[in-house]
Amino acid sequence: MEEGEANKESEVAPALIAVHPSQKSVAVAVGPTLRVFDLHAGSAASLIDDSSVPFHRDSIRAIRFGSKGRLLVSAGDDKTVRIWSTENWRCICTVSSEKRVSAVAISNDGSYVCFADKFGVVWVVDLAGCDGDQPLVDKKATPLLSHYCSIITNLEFSPDGRFIISADRDFKIRVTIFPNKPLSGAHEIQSFCLGHTEFVSCIAFIHDQDCPQGLLISGGGDSTVRLWDPSSGELLDTCEVAVKAGVAESNDDAKEHAYAVTDLCSIMDGSLVAVALQSLHGIILLKCNLSARTLLVAKVISIAGEAFVPTCLGTSSCTGILWMVTGVSSLPGSVARVRAISGFDVEQDPAVVEDDKIPGGEKLLETLQGSTSVDENAFMAAAEAVKTAMCNLLIKKQYSTENRETRKRTRNDRKLKTQQS
Amino acid sequence: MPGNEVNSTLSKSTGLPRKRFYRARAHSNPLSDSHFPVPISPSHVDYSLHYPEYFPPSDQANNPKKIQFADIGCGFGGLLISLSTLFPETLMIGMELRDKVTEYVKERVLALRAANPGQYHNVSVVRTNSMKYIPNYFEKAQLTKMFFLFPDPHFKEKNHRRRVISPHLLDEYAYALEVGGIIYTITDVEELGDWMKSCLENHPMFEALTEEELEGDPCVKLLGTATEEGQKVARNGGQTYRAVYRRTALSDQTPQT
Ligand SMILES: C[S@@+](CC[C@H](N)C(=O)[O-])C[C@H]1O[C@@H](n2cnc3c(N)ncnc32)[C@H](O)[C@@H]1O
Repeated sequence: MEEGEANKESEVAPALIAVHPSQKSVAVAVGPTLRVFDLHAGSAASLIDDSSVPFHRDSIRAIRFGSKGRLLVSAGDDKTVRIWSTENWRCICTVSSEKRVSAVAISNDGSYVCFADKFGVVWVVDLAGCDGDQPLVDKKATPLLSHYCSIITNLEFSPDGRFIISADRDFKIRVTIFPNKPLSGAHEIQSFCLGHTEFVSCIAFIHDQDCPQGLLISGGGDSTVRLWDPSSGELLDTCEVAVKAGVAESNDDAKEHAYAVTDLCSIMDGSLVAVALQSLHGIILLKCNLSARTLLVAKVISIAGEAFVPTCLGTSSCTGILWMVTGVSSLPGSVARVRAISGFDVEQDPAVVEDDKIPGGEKLLETLQGSTSVDENAFMAAAEAVKTAMCNLLIKKQYSTENRETRKRTRNDRKLKTQQS
Repeated sequence: MPGNEVNSTLSKSTGLPRKRFYRARAHSNPLSDSHFPVPISPSHVDYSLHYPEYFPPSDQANNPKKIQFADIGCGFGGLLISLSTLFPETLMIGMELRDKVTEYVKERVLALRAANPGQYHNVSVVRTNSMKYIPNYFEKAQLTKMFFLFPDPHFKEKNHRRRVISPHLLDEYAYALEVGGIIYTITDVEELGDWMKSCLENHPMFEALTEEELEGDPCVKLLGTATEEGQKVARNGGQTYRAVYRRTALSDQTPQT
């Protein structure tokens, strides 16, 4: 493949979904477009940002509600982090980043926003003074920690707020103590969770009353979901999801066909974990036993009747609904497809929700998808594009010396430098 | 490789090789792709390869001994060779990025072992990028000493992030070092000396050794004399700048609620 082509493909961004913790609203991001549906009002939320239209000028790479539900954060390739009030959907704060942003997280008490840039540095923003009534404030970020020159794929706070977890494309998961004064950096590393043999794409916590501090789960390019004790970094269990769910014949086969785990989502605080896999039309449901510390495939939920490979999963802690989106920034009109699975909370089998039964109904779909009816062929192409993009981004390329020299010569930042000097 | 039976890679209907057994790997594991292998975790480090005398391959009994000294960017290995006889019961390793240099150190150690029966079995070297893979080699608090002797200076401001001592990398070194463990740095570049000192000084988990402690530490004497780079600087009568710091416990540990 030509270098240029590969570069362009790695710019392709998957559609993202985030659900308000009490399911008051659902947000979808496709490319630079951020859409929110307010389920309480039963209508699209109109986002307001006085400083900037459009809000994001390049693909959004991360969206996230705070655990209290007061904030929504969006960030990405345009090197901005936007913090929205979920009360009035105003952008209450914009933070500039030197580099593209790859992940965001909000501390459990809602007082800090953390984001990771493409060079592996995690930054922290103190939200004091940011609230819905104030005019827009420009906030500065301070460095919190760093993974040396690695793309950070995911950031997560532990349920008890003690740790901030960062996962990267170099197979690493770092567990760092989130300090009292984060603005002076997070220096104390609690553990590294090492065991993945490819990039780590997603992490999540599962916890219950008996285990309030929670256990960590992660998924990655090696087609496995792993269970960790974040305090010690101990690998507790490994589930070769693609093989166990019968999608691939062997784990080598799974890796070769790039059944990378794209996203993970713990449902109802975690006895169940939904897993999205590249090329899988549906999700795999894992059962997590917190006391036995095991992960088992419970079932595969297929999405019948249409080609739907989810690019992102979301849920709220209080409802038993799993939200899924598929789409990609390169589709015209930034269209996406949203689906939901319900019935995790009762003794019945979880089932894919029909469009007319989805919370918010047609209106929600129209808002979040950008259209009511979408051509499913487009999404198959989208799934492929996302797959390629993810691999290009997260799997390190081997450059020949010659290529490397050309790259150096054609790098934009260098060109700028030479022009200036 | 798939298929022990010869025919399984051939399609039953066409007799042709089945594509799925022949298609190029969609991607390969960067660990093995990099020019050097990286252990998945510290428990994957093969001690029997590095220290066969302490970990005979036949011996199934688990020797709990672990590497305690790391010489980062060890170059031609002069420091390790001196430390090896000074601390004959301590396992130590050099980490070096350059392939040829690493090979040289390997040969040097093997030759020393052959020429001095019973000695130099506690020293070894790996080719790796220490800035990325320290956590793959060492568990939390495993190391008692880390050495950074005459590291590359990377003068330009925008290249400071390539320096082996930096505020963020010190977090990782603090992780690998036990409380009380010591980090030794020395350079002949004044600006780098100032930089390393200020990084360590400003880090909440390191404190400077006192003059007396420096006097009493046999390793300190080796910093400017034991390595090839140090000897070169000394021959040319160059000045050196050292910073030696101890890993301390962090006082502010109360978690955020
Ligand atoms: C100037 S030499 C000093 C060598 C030795 N410590 C001495 O005093 O003679 C610096 C060494 O660090 C090595 N080095 C630089 N970056 C490194 C990295 N990221 N990981 C491992 N070694 C590295 C270089 O290859 C070089 O051999």
